[in-house]
Amino acid sequence: MADLQKLTIGKAINLGLRRAMESDPKVLIMGEDVGKLGGVFRITDGLQKDFGEQRVLDTPLAESGIIGTAVGLAVRGFRPVCEIQFEGFIFPGFDQIVSQVAKLHYRTQGKIKMPIVIRVPFGGGIGAVEHHSESPESLFAHVPGLKVVSVSNAVDAYWGIQQAIKADDPILFFEPKKLYHSGALKAEIDVDGTPDQLFESRVVREGTTATVVAYGPSVKVALDAAAAAEDEGKSLEVIDLRTLSPLDLEPVFESVRKTGRLIALSEAPSESSLTSEIAARVQQECFYSLEAPVLRVTGFDTPYPPAKLEEHYLPDLDRVLHTVDRSLAW
Amino acid sequence: MPSEHWTHPEPGDGPAAVAAQPSPEQVIAGLRATSEGGAELTQLLTPEGERVSSPQFDRYVDDIDAEALKGLYRDMVLVRRADREANAMQRQGQLGIWVPLLGQEAAQIGSGRALQKRDMAFPSYREHGVAYARGVDLKEVLGIFRCTDHSGWDYKEHGFHPYTIVIGNQVLNAAGYAMGQKFEGKVGDDDSEATICYFGDGATSQGDVHEGFVWAAVYDAPLVFFCQNNQWAISEPTERQSRLPLYQRARGYGFPGIRVDGNDVLACLAVSRWALEECRHGNGPVLIEAFTYRMDAHTTTDDPTRYRLSDELEEWKLKDPIERVRAYLARGGGADQAFFDQVQADSDAFAAELREYCFNMPEPPPERIFSNVYAESTPMLDAQREEFLSYLDGFVGAGEH
Ligand SMILES: Cc1ncc(C[n+]2csc(CCOP(=O)(O)OP(=O)(O)O)c2C)c(N)n1
Repeated sequence: MADLQKLTIGKAINLGLRRAMESDPKVLIMGEDVGKLGGVFRITDGLQKDFGEQRVLDTPLAESGIIGTAVGLAVRGFRPVCEIQFEGFIFPGFDQIVSQVAKLHYRTQGKIKMPIVIRVPFGGGIGAVEHHSESPESLFAHVPGLKVVSVSNAVDAYWGIQQAIKADDPILFFEPKKLYHSGALKAEIDVDGTPDQLFESRVVREGTTATVVAYGPSVKVALDAAAAAEDEGKSLEVIDLRTLSPLDLEPVFESVRKTGRLIALSEAPSESSLTSEIAARVQQECFYSLEAPVLRVTGFDTPYPPAKLEEHYLPDLDRVLHTVDRSLAW
Repeated sequence: MPSEHWTHPEPGDGPAAVAAQPSPEQVIAGLRATSEGGAELTQLLTPEGERVSSPQFDRYVDDIDAEALKGLYRDMVLVRRADREANAMQRQGQLGIWVPLLGQEAAQIGSGRALQKRDMAFPSYREHGVAYARGVDLKEVLGIFRCTDHSGWDYKEHGFHPYTIVIGNQVLNAAGYAMGQKFEGKVGDDDSEATICYFGDGATSQGDVHEGFVWAAVYDAPLVFFCQNNQWAISEPTERQSRLPLYQRARGYGFPGIRVDGNDVLACLAVSRWALEECRHGNGPVLIEAFTYRMDAHTTTDDPTRYRLSDELEEWKLKDPIERVRAYLARGGGADQAFFDQVQADSDAFAAELREYCFNMPEPPPERIFSNVYAESTPMLDAQREEFLSYLDGFVGAGEH
């Protein structure tokens, strides 16, 4: 009998981490406040109590230290899962990520593997002060040697974290912090089932009028927009990218060949970003199918503003619908 | 007391010394050893409000007569009252978050009042008391926590840099600023300039802080590193950052380090004045570890019951920075009840003014998102801004019909 559990995204990651630790004693969790406190978002809640202080490490307060020591631990055969408290604090560790984590395998012609997962809560909409609401994923997708995924729902969160930990490549695992504890996004998960492929994107709603491609917290916005568009007689197809590097764009190409229109949606600024890459590749592959240029709905090309302004900064349902209309007007 | 005997074995100390290395329990005791005297902790006013003398530091507070001490008392009461008011306003949904300073008033007022107008301070994000001492209107601090702004005050006018949230970043920035003071020849005598930089015990683990120590040391920058060791970095205790009392680290970088009772405003003032004087005279940086305690949560989103024992809090309440000055003033006859009542009334008025301001704080207009991204804007950003504003106008029009 299937073991079905109804979990939020946050609880799904917690259970996924627990499963990974049970099945492999080399899996370690490390980060600031991940022990007694269970992390500032409580994602690692209860793990130190059950696995001890040598497998769930409250580290000194230094991101370069967390990632740099994870590299050494990985060389020694461990599988570290690093928690970065908020995306805005990953940058002290950026050097270690791009210089060592991303390149050791290449530099040693495969002799050294980097089975490291770096968990990064990201995105806005929580009314926070500076550095707590950003979307820096494109910076990592741009670095060869790293894989980047972003989850949008509890099922993917549960399986994705376990698959990422099992993988021998370093993976940046972007988690939509605003949705961690969303009751509306609770999902029934067969926790003993079999997962999808980690590095595949997926059509999450079928439609014919236009395609909206999104990832992480924006998938919910895309689905809400699709529901609203239906009332206006428009049928939006929504694709959850799930994997940001490698980008799996086949389902997007296929969808665009059907609908002729693409809107790429993300909270990140647009210049030189994942949405730029999507637009370039789609025009290359689907040039003759496109009825309108690929349009983007994104954060603006500014630093993340004070949170009182984030409702304007963050792409919402209205901006998506407005952009769909612009595409249709072409 | 473990604290007094806590010494780090040096090369050449021989196997006996190495064998005498402290046990983990002793290490923690040493890191956490508190005010009950001891050569390691500079104190001028005990928790009971007794003035103790210090041959080295008394002269730095010679000018602090009863009137001046009353001023320091008033500063601390006002700052605490503002802190409590902001905490309450966060609870009422008026602020997005608040970062309490409860318990750290003496460290902040003592060091803040040691500064001269020409000096510069680099805060992290908890330095509301230093802001006040630098003449920053605390209303300008509230905007950060109401999330209408990233920074309010004029840094130059107040000699108070914007808050820095990324742990440790400001330490290198401060080192650079102090190097600039040195390069411009602003050191060498009593009228010279100095810089002070604030950070927590957790921050001492960051590379930026270590690098800041190195830079300031090798360039003899006039920089006082002011570490408020409030015992916790969110849920992580000091011993998760260090095995050595933090002030002792300075030695490894080649400058003096000193531990001061961070709940003793007189001692904080004296030690900071001494350290700033060292800097002004061109003797290079100094590390001050102000040994204190955060008597509230890390921020209003934190839950310290998950990691902290209430005994510890109760113990620290007995070392309250404000109560000891009050006891000293009351006992010594420096202040009567009317004075304390007046300060109380002033602080209530101060808090009411903050509250009034907070509730009526204007919301920034949407175009603010696009302003000041660059000194010289770009055509692409201008176009993005225009497009968004006309998109918003569309809604206004729709709403009118
Ligand atoms: C680079 C970075 N990593 C993580 C954080 C999240 N964070 C904010 S405050 C804090 C603890 C800081 O402790 P400490 O330096 O002792 O200062 P305190 O807040 O106790 O004054 C952490 C981990 C951050 N702001 N910056």
